[in-house]
Amino acid sequence: MPKSMSTQPRAAPLLDVDALIDNPHTEVLVTCGSGGVGKTTAAAAIALRAAERGRCVVVLTIDPARRLAQSLGLDQLSNEPHEVLGIKGTGRLFAMMLDMKRTFDDVVTAHSTPERAEQIFANPFYQSLSSSFAGTQEYMAMEKLSQLRESMQTDRANAPWDLIVVDTPPSRSALDFLDAPNRLGRFLDGRMIRLISAPARAGGRAYVKVISASFSLFTRVLTKILGSELIRDVASFVSAMETMFGGFRERADQTYQLLKADDTAFLVVAAPEPDALREASFFVERLSAEEMPLGGLILNRVHEVPAPLSGRAAEAALERLEAGPDDAPLAAAALRVHVVGSDAAAADNRMARRFAAAHPSVPTARVAALPGDVHDLTGLRTVGTLLAKRPKSA
Amino acid sequence: MLPTRGLARGRLHIVTGKGGTGKTTCAAALAIALATGGHRVLIVEVEGRQGLAQLFDTPPLPYRETLLAHAPRRGEVYGLAIDPEEAMLEYLQLFYNMKRAGRALRSMGAIDFVTTIAPGLRDVLLTGKLKEAVGRKEKDRRPAYDAVVLDGPPTGRIRQFLDATKEVVGLTKMGPIHRQSQSVIDRLHRPDTLVHLVTLLEELPVQETLDAAAGLREGNFRLGAVLVNRTRPDLVPASVLVRGRPDRVRLEKELASVGLSAQMVPDLAREVTAYAQRQKMQADNLARLRPLDLSTISLPEFSPPVDMGAVYDLAELLHEELR
Repeated sequence: MPKSMSTQPRAAPLLDVDALIDNPHTEVLVTCGSGGVGKTTAAAAIALRAAERGRCVVVLTIDPARRLAQSLGLDQLSNEPHEVLGIKGTGRLFAMMLDMKRTFDDVVTAHSTPERAEQIFANPFYQSLSSSFAGTQEYMAMEKLSQLRESMQTDRANAPWDLIVVDTPPSRSALDFLDAPNRLGRFLDGRMIRLISAPARAGGRAYVKVISASFSLFTRVLTKILGSELIRDVASFVSAMETMFGGFRERADQTYQLLKADDTAFLVVAAPEPDALREASFFVERLSAEEMPLGGLILNRVHEVPAPLSGRAAEAALERLEAGPDDAPLAAAALRVHVVGSDAAAADNRMARRFAAAHPSVPTARVAALPGDVHDLTGLRTVGTLLAKRPKSA
Repeated sequence: MLPTRGLARGRLHIVTGKGGTGKTTCAAALAIALATGGHRVLIVEVEGRQGLAQLFDTPPLPYRETLLAHAPRRGEVYGLAIDPEEAMLEYLQLFYNMKRAGRALRSMGAIDFVTTIAPGLRDVLLTGKLKEAVGRKEKDRRPAYDAVVLDGPPTGRIRQFLDATKEVVGLTKMGPIHRQSQSVIDRLHRPDTLVHLVTLLEELPVQETLDAAAGLREGNFRLGAVLVNRTRPDLVPASVLVRGRPDRVRLEKELASVGLSAQMVPDLAREVTAYAQRQKMQADNLARLRPLDLSTISLPEFSPPVDMGAVYDLAELLHEELR
């Protein structure tokens, strides 16, 4: 880590993005954070920068903006990585977009016979589970990550990539990425799901008599609320998936454990706003509790005012200008822009300092707010440059 | 812009928007605006994140309607955080008279399981509770609330949320659940139920707004206003720019008249160029919203953290617009 500067004490140590991506030991980077903070863009920008600094990178995006997806060549439907053209230098960049239903289908196909798989695919409960179930997207992102990782680690010499950058699903809480896969695994493995499918397997009535009164009450209420049709679907789904149970939870556990490996680093992305930083705080604390490797915080969309003029001085100058005899509309506009910008920058600084005070050891990289949306490689390159930029020393 | 008149006559206001656009803040401001002038308004949250308590700086909201804030001129805003488990118990009690059994099921974790296995059920319970609050009457037969505002699910989930009950109707052909579901569907489609879309003037939020609006219209929901949050003022008139940039010689001369040094010119010029670009992006994104043909209300940006003072300012602005 670079040393802190003496003249203007920095609130947080600096996150050296280039050192992280240049280190051949870094094999997995995960960007996480709450929704709407620029996670996907950050992941793509880091992947591109790493590729143009010589790494062979695959980036797994979840739900990129249309134009960004197009610029990465992601407009065709594909659940496998393909190469992005237009990369400078010797490195390579592959990109893919997660298709959670297809990833789930692949898991099913891999773990059952073709007839069984057909049966499962046709089950209405499976269809809703694989396309809209809360947690499925997170589980499948983890699943895809472990597939990419396997293809890298089983045959290093011939592996097309040596660095995986993973974007995480958009969710309110950054913690969902860590918790949802386990929740789904537990759910599919759990006692309850076996319970409602039990009558179907044990021949209905006779079985119901044996189980305790509260359980029979449970099935009764369930049938009333959910309808017997759904219960039947779930039951037949469970019996068709029998061989895979256990596998689900085990796989989720395995991937979870892999996230603790020291070739992995989490990059928490946040905007300088209370909600986003609160989520970032939760996540940072959780990573440390789980002993998962935190790379640092990417503080995105920070307002900066380059001109060496305080907001107050600009305001005073503006007053003089308005009181004076000369018509100076350009200077007036510039000073107004500077006043507004200084206020925003001051607010962002306060937020950043508050976070740093609570988490003094978290290395932080600031990315200045861009005037426009990022939707091509040039834009991603700019973000990458901003990410790796060191603040001017005083 | 279309007139916003008539929006205030809505009884149920559903506020949605992409994550991070300030949905909760806008919903709170709307509730205060609607309560202004002696009205009683309920604001409801359903996502289980206690965003209202954080914003109003109160302890976490219980599953009980609680006075949250006063609105100007003797208005009252009540708050309610609907908890799916509690709503389920209420529902079991209402239709099957089985409150105690419900408690037992909860202690087994069964309710959590049920709402997991049929995620739509959760939304059915939430919208059912919402409908009950809108329709509730006091002893004197006057409505308990003049309006109900929902801090709703994000745009990506709003259609699914509002249509969840429809699926249940499909599953149950008759009986109390069927009747109840049908009345919820009716409530959500009445002309005084309005869905408001919160957006920012950025590419993704605008895209999501357009997509959500199309989906909601397809589902025959009535759209209210587009609340354009965090808009910045146009500070750079086109007349001071040459091909999108300030003329540095001119800027230097004009700054000199108030004694500012030429040293600042390059940096200030860059700030002006960037701001002008943002202004243009705002205008372009606003233009993309125009085909929606909805009332658009612009709300200014506040420096974070947004406090109650800012919410009241927004409420006043909304109150003016809604009149």
